[in-house]
Amino acid sequence: MALLEVKNLGISFGGLRAVNAFDVTIEKGQLYGLIGPNGAGKTTVFNLLTGVYKPTEGIIHLDGKDITGKKPIDINKAGIARTFQNIRLFKDLSVLDNVKVGLHNHHKYSTLGGILRLPKYFKVEKEMDQQALRLLEVFGLEKEAQVKAANLPYGKQRKLEIARALATEPKLLLLDEPAAGMNPNETGELMETIKFVQKEFQMTILLIEHDMKLVSGICEALTVLNFGEVLAQGDTRTVLNDPQVIKAYLGE
Amino acid sequence: MKKLSKTTKSNFITYGIVVAALIVGQVWANSGSMSSLLKGLLVPLCAYMILAVSLNLTVGILGELSLGHAGFMCVGAFSSALFSKMTMDSLPEGVRFLIAILIGALVAGIFGILIGIPVLRLRGDYLAIVTLAFGEIIKNVINAIYVGKDANGLHFSLKSVTELNMDPEGTILINGPQGISGTPKDSSFLAGMILLLIALIIILNLINSRAGRAIMSIRDNRIAAESVGINVTKYKMMAFSISAALAGVAGVLYAHNLSSLVASPKNFGYNMSIMILVFVVLGGIGNIRGSMIAAFILTLLPEMLRGLSDYRMLIYAIVLIVMMLFNWSAGGRRFKERVAEKFRGMRKGPAKEAK
Repeated sequence: MALLEVKNLGISFGGLRAVNAFDVTIEKGQLYGLIGPNGAGKTTVFNLLTGVYKPTEGIIHLDGKDITGKKPIDINKAGIARTFQNIRLFKDLSVLDNVKVGLHNHHKYSTLGGILRLPKYFKVEKEMDQQALRLLEVFGLEKEAQVKAANLPYGKQRKLEIARALATEPKLLLLDEPAAGMNPNETGELMETIKFVQKEFQMTILLIEHDMKLVSGICEALTVLNFGEVLAQGDTRTVLNDPQVIKAYLGE
Repeated sequence: MKKLSKTTKSNFITYGIVVAALIVGQVWANSGSMSSLLKGLLVPLCAYMILAVSLNLTVGILGELSLGHAGFMCVGAFSSALFSKMTMDSLPEGVRFLIAILIGALVAGIFGILIGIPVLRLRGDYLAIVTLAFGEIIKNVINAIYVGKDANGLHFSLKSVTELNMDPEGTILINGPQGISGTPKDSSFLAGMILLLIALIIILNLINSRAGRAIMSIRDNRIAAESVGINVTKYKMMAFSISAALAGVAGVLYAHNLSSLVASPKNFGYNMSIMILVFVVLGGIGNIRGSMIAAFILTLLPEMLRGLSDYRMLIYAIVLIVMMLFNWSAGGRRFKERVAEKFRGMRKGPAKEAK
């Protein structure tokens, strides 16, 4: 069974049809790419999937469960985590605490227990520290654990966002332009990291990207959006050679 | 792990400062060399420090500018004073004050939730203005309440004493703008400092816990917080109501230090709210210890300078400016870092020699 099944998804902002009749099916463990020219509606699709916007029509099924129109918190609890195009870290918190916020719903103790410092507080906090450090190690951030997130270099901030998203133990990870603003070296490193995450966590990943090297390098299948509609869909090589896609990207 | 012990250490330094101040204050007051003016200031000083740290929870940790903090103090003050007056003859002093504190905190906390429901939907300047309005509303409503007690039970009115329709031998508990008179003087410097210590423990432990991280994550980026499954409404409400409840405790202290409690613009109006905000801003937004120290200095300073009469307010203003520069300007921060560095160097120096 497919992990994510989206049928006929659409949203209008006033008279503007941002996304129309969007279908996609993503299998468990797949690394899926969503590409398209600027303003095609890619990020809008992400915002629909994560509950930031409520779809005007269509259905979204995650792992067989209907999550259409649910709130962002519930969608995260259902198993979708995301990163943002313009990085959204908790900038005044330490790198470690950023990941620990991601662990919030999986390692619990009561607020009162936290204030009174009951034994459970120490036990759970220790678990959280260990778990968060393990995640940071995956991204090579363990040395910066105590650094304020805002003081991290750009590439590491992107990585931290992925680590924080993974901390929520998602079934599906959405990456919004993870390579934006990176140099070729950093992009190459990021490709390795994404592939590693896919394997290590058996993660299903849907990513938006403009960097064609990254897309053709790691994505197994693609959907191309243009003016809010699906232009082409299928395995990466076929889609990238589609004359319609080339036309949308490069013009006639 | 290292950071954890660092914050824990910093917290214990804060607690240590409070305990030291308590001991110094007690010894000084008992030695008899403290002026009566200063003695009268001890309990309000505790109340202001509690107000400053509690507002810092809303402003610094939750990141919402609230200008109605005096309103919650007012609610705590009047609810507890009413309770104390009603039970003056039936309960022993210690127990009565303890229950009064709990009532003040609870009622102010409930008001925090009730006001938080509409207010926390707003952001930034709008939130500030609406909290300001609520603070004023609370004060003015309390000025219009009349409560009396006689053989038939309690009587309420929003008009006048005669509207209460009491027996002639009934007693008036809250007399409108004249407030509550005859509140037992249960507050003391010792009780105030203990309450300050408890408030600090609650706030600092909250900050360094799961809930505190959630609150700060909302402050730093609400959308990202939602995306990792943080219940934004719940944690905003939690921070706001805890902050309100602690302001209520400050109100209890304040009320039980006076024999007659009146809600005037001076003590519960927006002047007061702004003053508490000044403590927070000068001490450092998000810096709990700093706001406590700022409240301490700015409360004592005008009294200390009384001898200088005319120059008093001039010096007060200069101190305000210097504190602002010291805490917020780039140069001031560098200077602070250099001083901290030197201290560290001094501590490390002898240790190295010992090796």
